[in-house]
Amino acid sequence: MLKVNDINVYYGNIHAIKGVSFEVNEGEIVTLIGANGAGKSTILKTISGLLRSTTGSIEFLGHNISNTPPHKIVSQSLAHVPEGRRIFLQMTVQENLEMGAFTQDGSKLRQDLDDVYKQFPRLNERQRQIAGTLSGGEQQMLAIGRALMSHPKLLMLDEPSMGLAPILVEQIFDIIKALRDNGTTILLVEQNAQMALSIADRAYVLETGKIILSGTGQDLIQSDEIRKAYLGG
Amino acid sequence: MVFLSYLISGISLGSVYAMIALGYTMVYGIAKMLNFAHGDVIMVGGYVSLIAMTSWGLPVWAAVVVAMVACTVLGVVIEGLAYRPLRSAPSLAVLITAIGVSYFLQNSAQLIFSPNPKSYPVIINGSLSLFGGKLTISYISLVTFLVCVIIMIALTLFTSRSKMGKAMRAVSEDKGAAQLMGINVNRTISMTFAIGSALAAVAGVFLCSSYTTLMPTTGSMPGIKAFTAAVFGGIGSIPGAFLGGLLLGIIEAMAKAYISTNISNAIVFAVLIVVLLVRPAGLLGKYVPEKV
Ligand SMILES: Nc1ncnc2c1ncn2[C@@H]1O[C@H](COP(=O)(O)OP(=O)(O)O)[C@@H](O)[C@H]1O
Ligand SMILES: [Mg+2]
Repeated sequence: MLKVNDINVYYGNIHAIKGVSFEVNEGEIVTLIGANGAGKSTILKTISGLLRSTTGSIEFLGHNISNTPPHKIVSQSLAHVPEGRRIFLQMTVQENLEMGAFTQDGSKLRQDLDDVYKQFPRLNERQRQIAGTLSGGEQQMLAIGRALMSHPKLLMLDEPSMGLAPILVEQIFDIIKALRDNGTTILLVEQNAQMALSIADRAYVLETGKIILSGTGQDLIQSDEIRKAYLGG
Repeated sequence: MVFLSYLISGISLGSVYAMIALGYTMVYGIAKMLNFAHGDVIMVGGYVSLIAMTSWGLPVWAAVVVAMVACTVLGVVIEGLAYRPLRSAPSLAVLITAIGVSYFLQNSAQLIFSPNPKSYPVIINGSLSLFGGKLTISYISLVTFLVCVIIMIALTLFTSRSKMGKAMRAVSEDKGAAQLMGINVNRTISMTFAIGSALAAVAGVFLCSSYTTLMPTTGSMPGIKAFTAAVFGGIGSIPGAFLGGLLLGIIEAMAKAYISTNISNAIVFAVLIVVLLVRPAGLLGKYVPEKV
């Protein structure tokens, strides 16, 4: 479904991503784990067009999207929930969801809103609330709900568990599993390696801009290297 | 009665400031930049409407439409050529560019229309006489105020209800996230300039009509005052620009009437400074601390 082939990304002189290749197949949860600063967010931003790779290609559903501007990528059914949620804090919950449906045909808006509200009852109770006043967990749900409004086939999530209490982290991961079971392919970026590996079909480990390991979620959870580096022994 | 007539002339003047301030605040609110050339777009609107009325013999409403079209195109071209390449540049670079654009427009107008003032027709004659002739309100004052209120309400509805208006607010909060929603940020900002400049054209017609003269620097002082009004009301806030413009006009009219014509501008700015000391975000602005 998604094929990332030998991308290199620079911030000025900083070589942040060094020849990374990986792929995501339809129906999978694939996770990209790695320490802070490894380059996880940079990869997702490059896929969604906010940053450009100087080499290689990014193929999605058979099309090369490496030169597609970011605002045209979402209508190809690829959605990105960015790190730190980045919801529109001064807009209401419902307006945020409407922005998620920006590229969609307006006639389906009501139906899509109802679907998201059914999936996230917390948002349903808070339709007219200003998003900046939501709790962290609710904001994350809104960020995911907003991305779902564009009917993505592939959903990229950047550290959805960041800053959330363990019980909320579990809720978010349950939501991610449910999304996959309903047919959405997931590319999950996490620092919380334990949780991410436990739900992932396959995983890639990123270190200073390079993929150093890959395998199934189960294999990596059991690998000594990973246990030492990311799972605290 | 005398006080009332000063008040009315203040409201009339303030309505013109408010129209200009609405354009300023719109562009600032969405694109997060101070378009210091906004006042000069007003001047261009003045010349275009003057030509449309005197040389082409068009009626006032048609001249307003022609000026709106011309200023919309001008605003979009300025944004595309001068500001868009600086989208990720420091805001100081953008500010300096805007000042450059302002002088460019003024000097171009001097070249084309000469620096000499041209007389501008009063677009609406006649007045309403109240209290047995003790108080007269000119129709132009009434129309100016009415048009200003309509513009304010229309802009408020546009940004709060329409899909494009909401997209503008999204762009103003977070350009990156807006792009991830599929919003074309460049096009949205162009659209903002188009609206702001179309408003500038309308303001230009009312401004010139109340001054009854027009020259290449006509837009510059009202531009600065309208910017002040926008800050006064809370920059980025649509009702704030309206309120700020009206109050500024009223303060100016009162200062002229009761204190001194010579220092009326100084008084206006003194009031602004006091207001900003007490309410740094302006009257209706929300104080948003810089994110760290
Ligand atoms: N805007 C930026 N400018 C310069 N360097 C950056 C920028 N964003 C990220 N980097 C650098 O790129 C590297 C990868 O960052 P990032 O992709 O955010 O890592 P991660 O998401 O894995 O924590 C880091 O070394 C970071 O310092
Ligand atoms: Mg990151």
